[in-house]
Amino acid sequence: MTLLETRTLTKNFGGVRAVAGLDLAMTEGEVLGLIGPNGAGKTTVFNLLSGFLVPDEGDVRFRGRSLRGLKPHTICRLGLARTFQIVRPFPRLSVLDNVMVGALVRHPEAAAARARARAVVERLGLGHKASHPAVGLTLPERKRLELARAVATEPTLLLLDEVMAGLNATETAALVAVIGEIHRAGVSVLLIEHNMRAVMALSHRIVVLNFGEVVAEGPPAAVASHPRVIEAYLGEDHAGAAPSR
Amino acid sequence: MTRVAVVAAVIVLVALPLAPSLFGSYAVTLFTLIFFYAFLGQAWNIVGGYAGQLSAGHAAFLGIGAYTAAVLSVEKGLTPWIGMFVGGALAALLGALVGFLGFRFGLRGFYFVLLTVAFAEICRIVASNTEAIGGAVGYYITFTGDPRQLQFQDARAYYYLALVLMLAVTALVGVLERGRFGVYLSAIREDESASEALGVDTFRYKMLAMVLSSFLTGIGGAFYAFYVFSLQPASVFGIPLSVEIIIRAIVGGAGTVLGPILGSFILSPLAELARYYFAQSGWHGAHLVVYGLLLIAVVLFLPEGAYPRLARLVRRRVAGAA
Repeated sequence: MTLLETRTLTKNFGGVRAVAGLDLAMTEGEVLGLIGPNGAGKTTVFNLLSGFLVPDEGDVRFRGRSLRGLKPHTICRLGLARTFQIVRPFPRLSVLDNVMVGALVRHPEAAAARARARAVVERLGLGHKASHPAVGLTLPERKRLELARAVATEPTLLLLDEVMAGLNATETAALVAVIGEIHRAGVSVLLIEHNMRAVMALSHRIVVLNFGEVVAEGPPAAVASHPRVIEAYLGEDHAGAAPSR
Repeated sequence: MTRVAVVAAVIVLVALPLAPSLFGSYAVTLFTLIFFYAFLGQAWNIVGGYAGQLSAGHAAFLGIGAYTAAVLSVEKGLTPWIGMFVGGALAALLGALVGFLGFRFGLRGFYFVLLTVAFAEICRIVASNTEAIGGAVGYYITFTGDPRQLQFQDARAYYYLALVLMLAVTALVGVLERGRFGVYLSAIREDESASEALGVDTFRYKMLAMVLSSFLTGIGGAFYAFYVFSLQPASVFGIPLSVEIIIRAIVGGAGTVLGPILGSFILSPLAELARYYFAQSGWHGAHLVVYGLLLIAVVLFLPEGAYPRLARLVRRRVAGAA
């Protein structure tokens, strides 16, 4: 069954066409990787899907319903949760309270939300930091917190924007395992990722974006050897594929 | 920590209610002011401290509550016990208008500060030019000493009234802080976009915070009117009053339950003493200089306010003793 569908989704910033008539479809239970060089429009797509940007043209349909005109908080409530590429923890709130904000969407009672948040915090391996303010976390911990908050909203579809960026190989492997676990628990995942090992390991299917358009699409192995994909990445220096922070 | 809580509870529930019988009249006045400004600081704390929306025009809400209760009492004979809620409701209405304009159009930081100041100034100018409520000369309430008109012969009545106001709003904030409302407000203060992404209707919660805060401040205005018995537009709608309200919460610790109370216990006596001594030597307004210096010191050395620092010290002390 189709979970998410975009039709001729378009967004311009001044003269720059960030997303150009994008048609994208995801089925329920899928893990879809969205890759492409820097500036390809990946994060703009996320902002359009999650309601942070309004498309100039086209529409997003989620579980058969148009998201046109909906605010981000409503979209979250419908079951589409996102993380931010540059993590945005609530610095002075504890890790548990950070996650509780997400849990309150489904559990309006503070006690129930706190219990639910505690379970998510434990599951994502942040239990020992639950009462610490988020400001003191290391980068890998912040990435996990960002993920934990989104998971706590109990989404049907999770949009992950470069959650691996800045992590070393061990940390990446650990986070890949965590995301795999979240997926097995019944959450569909749309993944923006520069870390090829992670995106290959997790995705059922990969869509390659360049200049706001799909240049290739298919199973991970086929996409990796696709000439247009190699072309899209060529000419980019390696900074393009390196972690952004 | 529990021992500290017990000591605090004893002070609040036994010592403060009994204190007036031991105090001189000056101390009763001083404590009344401490409680009252703690109440105002706490009301501001909801929108300014927890939700992080820096209203610098809370005097407008106090002034509306004060004028409404006073005019209804003097002109219509309506008891301020009811009039205070009418005043609170009108203040909340203005709060909703200011909030709507500010939040709907996404004014943040300095722009929101300026919007709130502008509304307070508009109120001041309108009041100064409305002869029906005394214009710039002010509005005066004739003292009758009738408790039904919120007037008391005995200054201790105001002491208790201010104490109840402070305790009630602090209890309210304490309850709200632990629930969804409080958690959402803190999240909005910390990062609005992240809150939206996590399902928080930021506009709605900011509006609720603004309306509740302005309503409570309006109720405070009724107390002010019947404590002072004269209302001048420049003093009840003026910027200095807004600053008096904000500074208590910030010095004590904005976004904490006990911050505004601590801030008032630090600042209100200081303000009274400074006002008294500087006025004697002819240095009117010099207490504002003292405020300015204190605010600079707090921003530099205690950016979270005095309460978080104090709480950490106490916790360390208790942990050390155990």
